[in-house]
Amino acid sequence: MNVVDSLATSLRADVSAPLLEVEQLKMHYPVARGMTERLARRPQRFVHAVDGVSFSVAPGEMLALVGESGCGKTTTAQAVLRMLKPTAGAVRFEGTDLSTLSQRKMRPLRRRLQMIYQDPYESLDPRFRVRQTIEEPMLIHGIGGSAKDRRQKAIEALERVGLTPAELYLDRYPHGMSGGQRQRVAIAASLVLDPVLLIADEPVSMLDVSVRAGVLSLLDGLRRQRDMGILMITHDLATASHFADRIAVMYLGRIVETGPIKEVIRNPQHPYTKALLSVVPQRDPRKMVKPLILTGEIPSPIDLPTGCRFRTRCPMAEERCGQIDPELRTAVAAKGDDHAVACLLA
Amino acid sequence: MSMLLQEAAVGPLPEVSRRPLRTVLRHHKSGLIGLGIILFFIVIALAAPVLMPYSPTVQSCAVFAPPSAKHWFGCDDGGIDLLSEIMLGGRISLLIGFAATLVSMVIGGGVGILSGYFGRWVDIVLMRITDYLLVIPPLAFALVVADVWGPSVVHVIIVIGILQWAPTARIIRAQVMTVKERVYVKRVRAMGASDTRIIARHVLPQVAPLLVANTVLTVAVAIYLETTLAFLGLEDPSSVTWGTILQHAFDRAAVSAGAWWTIVPDGIAISLLIMGCFLLGRAIEDALNPRLRVGHLSTRRWKLRPLVGLGPDAI
Amino acid sequence: MSLLEVRDLHVWFELPNGTELHAVQGVSFDLDHGERLGLVGESGCGKTTTILALMGLFPPSVSVAGEVIVNGENILGKGESLIRDYRWKELAMVFQGAMNALNPLMTVGRQIVEPMELHGIASGAAARKRAGELLEMVGIAASGADRYPHEFSGGMRQRASIAMGLACQPKILLADEPTTALDVMVQAQILELLVGLSNELGLALILVTHDLPVVAQVCERAAVMYAGKIIENGTTEDLYHRPRHPYTRLLFATTPDLYDDDDVISIPGVPPRLDRQIVGCPFQPRCDSAFERCSSEQPALKSLDVGHSAACHLNDVPVSVTAKPESSPRNGQALDAVDGSDDGS
Repeated sequence: MNVVDSLATSLRADVSAPLLEVEQLKMHYPVARGMTERLARRPQRFVHAVDGVSFSVAPGEMLALVGESGCGKTTTAQAVLRMLKPTAGAVRFEGTDLSTLSQRKMRPLRRRLQMIYQDPYESLDPRFRVRQTIEEPMLIHGIGGSAKDRRQKAIEALERVGLTPAELYLDRYPHGMSGGQRQRVAIAASLVLDPVLLIADEPVSMLDVSVRAGVLSLLDGLRRQRDMGILMITHDLATASHFADRIAVMYLGRIVETGPIKEVIRNPQHPYTKALLSVVPQRDPRKMVKPLILTGEIPSPIDLPTGCRFRTRCPMAEERCGQIDPELRTAVAAKGDDHAVACLLA
Repeated sequence: MSMLLQEAAVGPLPEVSRRPLRTVLRHHKSGLIGLGIILFFIVIALAAPVLMPYSPTVQSCAVFAPPSAKHWFGCDDGGIDLLSEIMLGGRISLLIGFAATLVSMVIGGGVGILSGYFGRWVDIVLMRITDYLLVIPPLAFALVVADVWGPSVVHVIIVIGILQWAPTARIIRAQVMTVKERVYVKRVRAMGASDTRIIARHVLPQVAPLLVANTVLTVAVAIYLETTLAFLGLEDPSSVTWGTILQHAFDRAAVSAGAWWTIVPDGIAISLLIMGCFLLGRAIEDALNPRLRVGHLSTRRWKLRPLVGLGPDAI
Repeated sequence: MSLLEVRDLHVWFELPNGTELHAVQGVSFDLDHGERLGLVGESGCGKTTTILALMGLFPPSVSVAGEVIVNGENILGKGESLIRDYRWKELAMVFQGAMNALNPLMTVGRQIVEPMELHGIASGAAARKRAGELLEMVGIAASGADRYPHEFSGGMRQRASIAMGLACQPKILLADEPTTALDVMVQAQILELLVGLSNELGLALILVTHDLPVVAQVCERAAVMYAGKIIENGTTEDLYHRPRHPYTRLLFATTPDLYDDDDVISIPGVPPRLDRQIVGCPFQPRCDSAFERCSSEQPALKSLDVGHSAACHLNDVPVSVTAKPESSPRNGQALDAVDGSDDGS
């Protein structure tokens, strides 16, 4: 059975339908062509940033979308947020397909779908006090009542993200706050709208290590208490392993492996996943896993390798890998049928 | 406990672009001087009707009378006191300068913001128009206008305004394009903010300081252009501006008469005001640009301190 | 005799408001030939400033004190003029964000040749040949010497920066966060390269990073810095299995492990201001094991074991005598206080 279907089925057995269902999402960008190329009628080339990605996020679930730079995870997030128009595929949020919606129709939905950005030093307007940053979403969507009500809601939001006493923070400017505090303000500004799905794009990679767990625990707590779904984009497998429920590993615009986090980490099926896991440095110097360092670099997303796109760096590639493009299907050696892999040899 | 810890942290240095004007000027004495010069001329211009010792239009001394105790700057070819003329002329020149600058700032700022924010075809169309205006030879354009419409102060304001908005538009557009890509702008857009809100609340405040600096510098250029246009006879010769004073001086052969006082004080007034605008504008620009600290390119080197006799606690 | 001995290094920055920032406060450590030492800490702890001091790369607003002894000679003794002889020839540096620190207008080969010519190591054709060899050594084809930095990917630019560092055959390579902005696979490649070079060329390495697992895998020893001081120094194994300073222990606890299910914590509070005199232990306000002595007396870095030293009063006191820990939150309950502001580094 196709993974998306089996996942959807198992979830429908649950109380709630998936918050987000992405199906065969594609984002292809045309490569800029000069005059001469156009006249010579050379075929239009495309950057296959996202090339057929399917996954879902259920309420209260955290899905980690993991991969290296250039794999398409940020583009996927942008497409889900409908800041980009998908080239193909569907993005169903609470049942509605966003991929064809106009920005105007999208607007009311944006309340329930929020994003937390990577750079806490850039995600707050330096001229806005914290109070203004948190009140702005309310003003945009016309909620929150009077100024007094809005201020009260802002205080509640600050307390929810751990910035207490809230009054101490309301009138501060971002430049007087640390990265961790700024990120919490950004989260508070999103919470004020009561979102059901949060996309977190590398939410802690620019924060000091001693501060990361606090922000991640905050996100974790939010999704447990409020049944919020979280799509976390990250390159940090260790973080994903601790906080996420499920993981999807991306390579060159495709998901190559997906499943429950512990299962995928302890029992990886795809050679890329195995390699990635092996090069994550361990805290304990005694534990030296033999790293499977892949040679070379990620191929260009314009000229994809034929067949399996990972075969150019795969230590186990065979001849048929160059001819057949593997689909995501339940792994043979997996425990449970929600662990899927896109590899002919798995 | 957490409050104590909060206050115990080092507050980072304030963002330069948010420092009040006072602090800016304190660090840039030249800006203060520039501001002083500009204010001086504004005061004179406003008080001109009261301050003028003689009439600027009626003869009150001999033709080309040299500077004396009664006429500090002497008299021009029509026997009119030059000091009075310069005072009145300043009033009109400043008016022209500020008015033209206002026109060009509003148009230039508007075009720059729209072009930079919306991009694509809006940008293409607006920028082509801007490019066209950037390459128009200003004098040729002014000549045509004077020829077709006749010379007048209003036409001069329009000409200068039209010629000046293009460079402003380009500068503002560049800044807007940068601000548009900032994460906080993307964030509020993803929240559903309208373009109007983003431009008004997020883009404009970031762009305003640059616009201010640009405005001050544009005033300098406007004054200069006014002088040039008047000098070339494109302004109503019966009006009294700094430019027409110079124009009359040359027209009526003041140079061969040796009457330097018909040219020099006027020229100094123009130069002084332009310099004042330039100093102030540059001080504001410098303040907006926080990367002008002394780096490694300095002849002074880092210093060594002796540790002799000092234990770890004593330092 | 060690290759590098740093004794009581201090660095002060003049602040615009007239006060001084005491960024490095009496740092001492040794480095042997071919040894790989990690310098670990978070932003603002002074680790980057420390290695900049070894190279003497400071603006005029800085004062430095202490000794940096390379091969028996104190290179800090006579200031800039003496350090210049050592810069790049004995000690070389790979900077943070090195991939962006390459000159975009010069070919990579030219940038490697430049230090060779400046220091009189080689010139002309011989230098170009050596540049090609260095590029091969770091895993780039020699033909890459004719390319410009923008033609390379981030990982390759980092390799090129390392080749540049090796141009004059230094004995010590200082690497400041060499893999921070890189993907985990490229990071593994670069770290493998650094370890390989260290083993083959007998190159000593000081790796500055906030990433503890990287240090654990690459370095034999590490020094943990906090508020401008080294608070613990030992083998990476000692630091993980037998930490003798609460900050070291807590720092490891903030780093999630792939396979471990231990709770990940954050350390509440902020590092102290370095433009003011600090009374007592700088970590005391955030420490989960602090007692009375900690707020009044600054602990000195004491040797506890062979090659293991720490600056903590807990190491002086027999267990039964330790007074009840003060207010601070316990390990694991990190959410009540908030993460504070950063210092300048």
